[in-house]
Amino acid sequence: MATPALKLKHPGCAQSIVCDGNEAAAWAVALARPDVVAVYPITPQSSLVEYVSQFIADGKIEAELMNVEGEHSVLSALHGAALAGGRTYTATCGPGLAFMFEPYWRTPGMRLPIVASLVTRDGITPQCVWGGQQDAMTMKETGWIQIYCETVQEVLDTTVMAYRIAEHHDVMLPVNICHDGNYLSYGVTQVEVPEQSAVDDYLGEKNINWHVALDPLRPMAVDPLTGGAGGPGPAKFVAYRKGLCQGMQNALGVIEQAHADWADIFGRDYAPLVEEYRLDDADYALVTIGSMTGAAKDAVDSARERGRKVGLIKIKTFRPFPVAAMTRALRKVRAVGVVDRSVHYGWDCGPLYQEVLSCLYRAGQPIAAGSFIGGLAGADLTEGHFARAIERTAQLLAGDEFDSPVWLNEHD
Amino acid sequence: MTTAVEQKITHEVRLHGRGGQGAVLASKILAKALVLSGQHVTAIPSFGFERRGAPVAAFMRYSNRPIRAVTNIYAPDYIICIDPSIPKAVDIFAGVQPDSTLIQATRNSAESLNCPAAVTRVVLCDAIAIGMEVFRRPITNTIMLGAFAKATGIVTLDGLRAGLESANFRDAGLEQNLIAVERGFNESIVKQRQGDTWV
Repeated sequence: MATPALKLKHPGCAQSIVCDGNEAAAWAVALARPDVVAVYPITPQSSLVEYVSQFIADGKIEAELMNVEGEHSVLSALHGAALAGGRTYTATCGPGLAFMFEPYWRTPGMRLPIVASLVTRDGITPQCVWGGQQDAMTMKETGWIQIYCETVQEVLDTTVMAYRIAEHHDVMLPVNICHDGNYLSYGVTQVEVPEQSAVDDYLGEKNINWHVALDPLRPMAVDPLTGGAGGPGPAKFVAYRKGLCQGMQNALGVIEQAHADWADIFGRDYAPLVEEYRLDDADYALVTIGSMTGAAKDAVDSARERGRKVGLIKIKTFRPFPVAAMTRALRKVRAVGVVDRSVHYGWDCGPLYQEVLSCLYRAGQPIAAGSFIGGLAGADLTEGHFARAIERTAQLLAGDEFDSPVWLNEHD
Repeated sequence: MTTAVEQKITHEVRLHGRGGQGAVLASKILAKALVLSGQHVTAIPSFGFERRGAPVAAFMRYSNRPIRAVTNIYAPDYIICIDPSIPKAVDIFAGVQPDSTLIQATRNSAESLNCPAAVTRVVLCDAIAIGMEVFRRPITNTIMLGAFAKATGIVTLDGLRAGLESANFRDAGLEQNLIAVERGFNESIVKQRQGDTWV
C-alpha cells in the first residue's frame, strides 16, 4: 500500500515528515552535505548522531564518519577536517561538551566555521540526564555563535542556515545550534524538509580554508605562539582578538540576511535575533528563550483575554548578543520578567536576565525587571508557570520589586 | 449528540505503559497518523531513566489549530493504557477531564476498572491475548492504536498503516504490526457510562 503523502504548505520543500528535533537536525545535516562528521553519543543527543550515522550508512549523507573515543577527539578531528577545507558537523551536550572544552575553546580563535548542535542539557551535579541550558550558557564567552530554537521545524531550518552563517567570509566562526534536550530533542511533530537543490543554491559554494589551511600547496604556520609583553606579540594578539570580536559583530547582520533569504526561498519567516510578540501596546513583557516560548505565548494570549497588557520578547540569537534589537524591544515596556532555563551563579539570577539588565542600562531605561528560573533538569514549564510569571511581573509594574530569582518549579 | 470532548478543539492524550512495551514508539506512529488526518500534533515521551518494566508515559496534543506549547499532559481527555497492570501502579486518571475516554488493555469488564465519574466511555481490548497470537509475546502498543482509532474516529486504519510503514520495524515486524492494528480496531469493545453501569 502506498503511504499517503503529507500535504506541503511552503515553497521549496521536497517532503513533509513527522519526526522529533534530533531527527530534524539530522535531516538538516544531510541537506548541508558535510564532508566530515565526527561523533560521540551522549544523552539527550544520542539519537541525533544515530540518525546521522544511519543516513551516512544509507548513502543519504556522503560524508566521512569518524566514531572516535571521546568528544575531545571529535572536535580535534573536525579541526583537521576544516583546516583541510571540509564542511564539518558534530553534536554534543552536557558532560560531553565539558570533555570537548579544550578544542572547543580553540575553534573560534582559529576561525573555523564548524557547525555543532548543542542538545542542551542541565549541568551535573546532582546527577541529571535531562534538558536545561546550563551547558550552553556555561560556554557563552568562548566565541562560538549561539542560536536557540523554539520548534522542531526551526531546528531543521536553523541548522541548515548555520552553515551559511558560519562560512560567511565576514564571520568565519563556529556556530552552536541549541535545541532543548527532551522537549525538542524528543518532541515529535510535522516538519517540512526543503528541496536539496534549493538548499544547494542557498548555501552556495563552500570556501572554508581560504584564511587558514593545512594544505601542502599553501604551507603556513597554523595557530602560532602569539602574545607576550614584547616584540610584535601584544599588537598581534590584540589584532586576533579584535578580529574575533569583529567577526561576532558582523554575524548579527549575516544572521539577519540568512533568515531573510530563507524566508524568501522556503516561506518560513523567523525573527533572527529577537522576536517581539504582542509587544507594541504592552505595558510589560516576559523575555523567553528556546522551546519554553510556545507555552509562554499561550499564557500571554490568556492574560490578554483577561485584559492584561502583556507582551513577550523571545531571544533567538544569544551570541553575539543582539543589543540593538533587544534594546529596541525593551523600550516598548515598563517592566520585564526574564525567564531563564539556567542559572547565573555569580549574580543569583538567570544569565539572560543579566544580559537584559545590561541592555536596559545601555538604553538609559531603568525599568523594573525580575529574574525567573525554571525548566531545570527536564522540569516542565507550562502555561500555568508563565501565568504566575506574568502576574509577578505585573506586580513589578506596581512597584513591588524583588531581588532574588523566582524559581518557577520550586513547588512542583 | 455532541459531547463536550467532541466540541473541544485541542485534545490531550496520555499514553501509559511499561518500559519495553513500545509506548513511545506508539505515540510516534499515532502522531504520523493524526497528521495524515489533517491534525496538528505534538508528542513527547515522559523523561525518566528508561528501563524495562518501569511505568512510562507518553504525551500528545492534537488539534485542528497549530499547537505552540511543548509541555507534558496534565489534563487528558483520552487515556490510552497499553498494560493491564499499570492502573495498580500509577494513577492513570490524574487530571482527567469531564467526558473523557479510557482505552484500556484488559480482558476484564468496564466495571472492574473503577473509573472516576469524569470517564464516560471505555474501550476495552484484550490486547495481551491478541499480542500472544500475533507476536507470540505480550506486545500491545500497536494493537491499542487500533483501539484508539475505533474510539475516536479521528485516525483511520490507513493512517495508522502509513505511520507503521515509516517506523522502521525489523524483520517481519511491519507485517505483524499491520495485523495487530487491524485486530485492535476490530476486536475492541466500546462501552458508554449510564449512571453506575456501562452499556
